[in-house]
Amino acid sequence: MVKELPVVYLQTAGCSGCAVSLLNTASPTIKNVLIDQIAPGVHINLRFHPVIMAAAGKLAIQALEDTAAQKQGEYILVVDGAVPTDPDAVFGAVGERDGKPVTMLQRVTELAQDSLAVIALGTCASFGGIPAAKPNPTSAKSVKDVLDMQGISKPLINIPGCPPHPDWFVGTVAGVILNGLPTADDLDDFLRPKAFYGKLIHENCPRRAYFDEGKFAKKFGDEGCLYELGCKGPITYADCPLRRWNSGTNWVIGAGAPCNGCTQPEFPDQTAPFYEKLVDVELPTIGAYWADKEEK
Amino acid sequence: MGKIVIDPVTRIEGHLKIEATVENGEVKDTRTTGNLFRGFEIILRGRDPRDAQIITQRICGVCPQSHGIAAALNLDSAFGIADKIPDNARIIRNLIQGAHIAQDHVLHFYHLAALDYVNVADVAKYEGNDSQLNSVKDFIARGELGPFLPRYEGDYRLPPEVNQQAVAHYVKALEIRRIGHEAVAIFSGKIPHSVGVVPGGVTSVPAADNIMAYIWKIKILKDFIDNVYIPDVLAVAGAYLDYAEIGAGCKNLLAYGSFDLDGGSPDYTMRERLFKQGTVSADLKPGDLDTDKITEYVKHSWYEDSTSGLHPSQGDTRPQYGKDGAYSWTKSPRYDGKVYEVGPLARVAVTYAKGDPVMKELVESSLAALKAPPAALFSVLGRHLARALSAKFIADSLEGWALQLKPGEPTYVEYEIPDEAMGMGLTDAARGALGHWIQIKDKKIANYQCVVPTTWNVGPMDDKGQHGPIEQAIIGTKVKDESNPFEIVRIIRAFDPCLACSIHVVTPKGRDLGQYRVV
Repeated sequence: MVKELPVVYLQTAGCSGCAVSLLNTASPTIKNVLIDQIAPGVHINLRFHPVIMAAAGKLAIQALEDTAAQKQGEYILVVDGAVPTDPDAVFGAVGERDGKPVTMLQRVTELAQDSLAVIALGTCASFGGIPAAKPNPTSAKSVKDVLDMQGISKPLINIPGCPPHPDWFVGTVAGVILNGLPTADDLDDFLRPKAFYGKLIHENCPRRAYFDEGKFAKKFGDEGCLYELGCKGPITYADCPLRRWNSGTNWVIGAGAPCNGCTQPEFPDQTAPFYEKLVDVELPTIGAYWADKEEK
Repeated sequence: MGKIVIDPVTRIEGHLKIEATVENGEVKDTRTTGNLFRGFEIILRGRDPRDAQIITQRICGVCPQSHGIAAALNLDSAFGIADKIPDNARIIRNLIQGAHIAQDHVLHFYHLAALDYVNVADVAKYEGNDSQLNSVKDFIARGELGPFLPRYEGDYRLPPEVNQQAVAHYVKALEIRRIGHEAVAIFSGKIPHSVGVVPGGVTSVPAADNIMAYIWKIKILKDFIDNVYIPDVLAVAGAYLDYAEIGAGCKNLLAYGSFDLDGGSPDYTMRERLFKQGTVSADLKPGDLDTDKITEYVKHSWYEDSTSGLHPSQGDTRPQYGKDGAYSWTKSPRYDGKVYEVGPLARVAVTYAKGDPVMKELVESSLAALKAPPAALFSVLGRHLARALSAKFIADSLEGWALQLKPGEPTYVEYEIPDEAMGMGLTDAARGALGHWIQIKDKKIANYQCVVPTTWNVGPMDDKGQHGPIEQAIIGTKVKDESNPFEIVRIIRAFDPCLACSIHVVTPKGRDLGQYRVV
């Protein structure tokens, strides 16, 4: 008997980049994730995903609402996107009920309430991200802020990144399947799995030796550390240098571009300008940047 | 009189709703509603202009690279360096955009569109030894069929063995498009939301190893396009030939051109490009591109009426949710006051009409294979065919371009951000004509505007009451079964709409377009 793990994937104010990144998972492949038994005796049963599901319209919404009703307390809700909360306009809606649009805020609230656990996928869902960037025209909030606002208490895992590396999501889900929901010790202060977000980019950067020698690239294409070209690796937690992207093909600094800090709650407003050197950061004391900011 | 409401339209990017009024089995009226507003224009204002390249990619995670290219072209022009980009950088930009668009077309046909034509359930009858198909068969036998069921029922026409093969190709295509993304990452670091394209050129440097790695990934992509994708499009077309006469739409097509073959001209409308710039209509006679003729209307969009009818360079975006008579967050761009469709069909038809010999051969041989006249291009099948030909035309060019790279030569030109400047960047994204406009003041973004492909295609009625291209393609369609409106979703998906792109919106304050021209 194969155990079916129901998953509902809700897209809110985002760009589908998280969903496309997830398609890039190399091992297991996306086909392994959706069709095969992901672990012996367990199959991820993706009940709702607007980008790939066959159904449209009422049929699709019915699949969503039926899952919430029939699998109460059993399904994992994945939210991809920030949640517009402006009460004066419907800036984002998913389907209709009684001929009226159902706002993204309402959907997230209802679906989170009946879920087993919630995964906020991507920086928009985790921290607000681009839609919540100044001046935040739609009052977009992170999933955590929405759950707090609505008084909903559910296990929540943030998997930020713009987009997140597919391994960060697949690896987290694998952890839930093999070991159960993560404990508080498994997550950092921002509810990110430490397994993927435990170290600064700077700690594992192959250009770190240039930094330590003080050899800095002055323009794109130069050899050297990208710190003076705006790299946010010294203040950004993620394992990109070790894991690399797109099946390990390359990564941001590997292509000679500065890290823009996309896994941080501070992205984009406080990690921009993206091509300007970090200000008021005392290096090489790595890791102290955000702590110092908080003290100030 | 019945009403069909499809909300959400799935297997597209983003949040789209369609309402169609049906009388005696025929669509009399329709409304397309874009259901998400994020306000990129407001977010961009006041930022470092260079950051537009990073931020505008986040408009859309399906086609971020095209926004990155359009933004870089826009900034190059504003910074006065559009004609100074080194050849290596021009080529690397083409390699990045080319691999990205080719894989995007594969993704669209197999993973977004195919389930409207291919019956996955036929894999239950599979008796062979293909391990992938047998794993799908096991999956079906377990009976929990998300995400393939539920679905519309009653019009799957391919024989079981063709359906089975198509499902095997669906699975294979997942791997192919992933490899296409790997090719993008070779020069652009990662994708979605890549980092390799910047104003002034690119960040990566060509070397023998990355050139060779790129070429061999492209060979895999090209092999699939030639030997699987195009034959599958023709096979589906053969079984659904009535769709060569469904969804004609407005029959006016617009393309900005893409893939610079020469970086010498600062004016993107005059550049030698792989896909040509211009317009065509039903007669397939080419017209030249004049960006002065672009205007955006908002009478039926949730924006203040005072902002209607402006050129993008003078546009303004003031949300007004609930406005009387409005039904979408998408605006309605028009060219010369008329309705124009953009997309692979437009760029293939414009390049064909302008007499490109390779494109002529591609279009004519495929129409001959279907025994269809050129008029069949304006249809559901025509759009799928054009997309496949677009993928082939691009993939066939990439290896040659990669071999033109010169390791050791420049990839980047330095510049100073001007105190005040204006810029315009034009390219053809996977989904069609994409334009970015910028106004810089005090070295910051004073205004930024994008007019994107899906806004052209999915927009609501304009101030004159002219329906947008998708609305026009749906009106007049016969719907056989109102509870399974295959015709409507097939028409919509053939356009490959991307709603995140269509509602992004922007507000450069007025200067006339002359000042946006590249100096």
